[in-house]
Amino acid sequence: MFLYLPIAELSVNVFVILGLGIGVGTLSGIFGVGGGFLMTPLLIFLGIPPAVAVGTEANQIVASSVSGVLAHWRRGNVDFKMGSVLLVGGVIGSTFGVWLFKILRELGQIDLVIMLSYVVFLGIIGLLMLVESIRAMQRARSPARRRKLHQHNFLHGLPFKMRFRKSKLYISVLLPLLIGVFVGILSAIMGVGGGFVMVPAMIYLLGMPTSVVVGTSLFQIIFVTANATFLQATLNQTVDVVLAILLLIGAVIGAQVGTMVGSKLRGEQLRGLLALMVLTVCGKIVFDLLVTPDELYVIATGGGH
Amino acid sequence: MIWRAAMVVLAFWVWAGSAARAQPVVVDLSKDFVAITAGFTGTEVLLFGATSGYGEVVVVIEGPKELVGVRRKEQIAGIWINGRQVDFKDVPAFYQVLSTNSLDEWLPLAVREENQIGVEYLNLKPRGEIGAAEASEYRAALIRNKQQIGHYGQVERRLQLAGGRLFRSTVFFPANVPVGKYFVRTYLVNDGKIVSTRTMPLRISKIGIEADVYRVAHQHGALYGIAAIVIAVMAGLGGNALFQRR
Repeated sequence: MFLYLPIAELSVNVFVILGLGIGVGTLSGIFGVGGGFLMTPLLIFLGIPPAVAVGTEANQIVASSVSGVLAHWRRGNVDFKMGSVLLVGGVIGSTFGVWLFKILRELGQIDLVIMLSYVVFLGIIGLLMLVESIRAMQRARSPARRRKLHQHNFLHGLPFKMRFRKSKLYISVLLPLLIGVFVGILSAIMGVGGGFVMVPAMIYLLGMPTSVVVGTSLFQIIFVTANATFLQATLNQTVDVVLAILLLIGAVIGAQVGTMVGSKLRGEQLRGLLALMVLTVCGKIVFDLLVTPDELYVIATGGGH
Repeated sequence: MIWRAAMVVLAFWVWAGSAARAQPVVVDLSKDFVAITAGFTGTEVLLFGATSGYGEVVVVIEGPKELVGVRRKEQIAGIWINGRQVDFKDVPAFYQVLSTNSLDEWLPLAVREENQIGVEYLNLKPRGEIGAAEASEYRAALIRNKQQIGHYGQVERRLQLAGGRLFRSTVFFPANVPVGKYFVRTYLVNDGKIVSTRTMPLRISKIGIEADVYRVAHQHGALYGIAAIVIAVMAGLGGNALFQRR
């Protein structure tokens, strides 16, 4: 069954898109990751224009974050104060990011920047996860060491300190603000929530307790991706709601499958598998960038710049 | 009997003669409107017509004219990136040629150039400063790209002739067909000269929800953005409710 996507301006097989939504949704359910960093490149591989894939994926992440944050909220695992500071930075960052996106698009370089960003981030994350899961598998038998709650470093010397009760922190607001800005830019350009950067940054840079990290990250992702969706729709017209709805349906089903599957499987091996998948996607993008194209000339989208 | 047959032949001659004097070529399409709906995967339009009996027929289907940019990929540090862009004005978004016979054999070049019959005779002018050799490379690339996505004809298509007077053919518009106003021009050519031309309009547009979504997205981007966010938030809440019930 084919459906014509009004913004992407092509027709797609509904079942392929639903399947993709279910697949990535299942992974999200198993690993508790957003999945945007897998979904956007996969959409591009399917032939969706990269700009549309990014804009639409931002829209879809709004939904999955809303769904995800409620569970964390009920358990009291959201630091709203920290989340608000992060989201102020995130809104600034994503606004700048969409503006940058528009300029790069007019220069005809947006596809390249999206692909290069993916190579860098998928490469780093894939490798880190792989190393982490191998270490975890080796550590499985030996007893775990206790880690300090957080360490004091130069970051604690910054001005504009603020108390974050839930996170048990007294730190400068500049740091979460800057992290928010950085992740906001990534979110706008890559069509991701940015949890895969935000979560490690919260744990290792801010020193937040892991219990509140995911909930707080999801909370701010809602607003940052909503801002990115709004601006992408207004400035670039690259949000395809028909595609977003198809992905949503798949993701809702997938998340359910994922939590069921996830509870029955070993964590470290699964994480290693996810790492391999991330690296495979990364490798495919690198290959596409390096291989000599059959056709050296391309028709520029929109034209006339 | 003979009288009767003669009368019929005479009547036909008179009819054909008058038809030929008035309209040496007549043509029609099975539809003058192609609707792109949610399930659109391309469509065929039947083109049919008749001539007064002398000469060959060539049909040109031309989509709306637009500005098209062509970029050349360049390898920088091993990575292929988009390099120089050349813009072309008045590029038909869609272009197909159908004819009763091989055009090279019977249609003089001057006529083809004047009427832009055949992709190689399209009047595609690059904008800005560009050398002739480079311009023709970009031009060829533009045509290749258009052929690749099915918007320009790869090969000359044949019109089927019946009885030397009736012709017909199907024209395929692919799923990615550009929307807008099309013209179907039919030329009757005799002895290397165009003796008659007929032009039929054809409109291709999105209709239904797809069209509304596109229109709102492009004309009311802010409203569209807000609607997209509202849909996503509701879907998120709905998804969460599903989880709770389990």
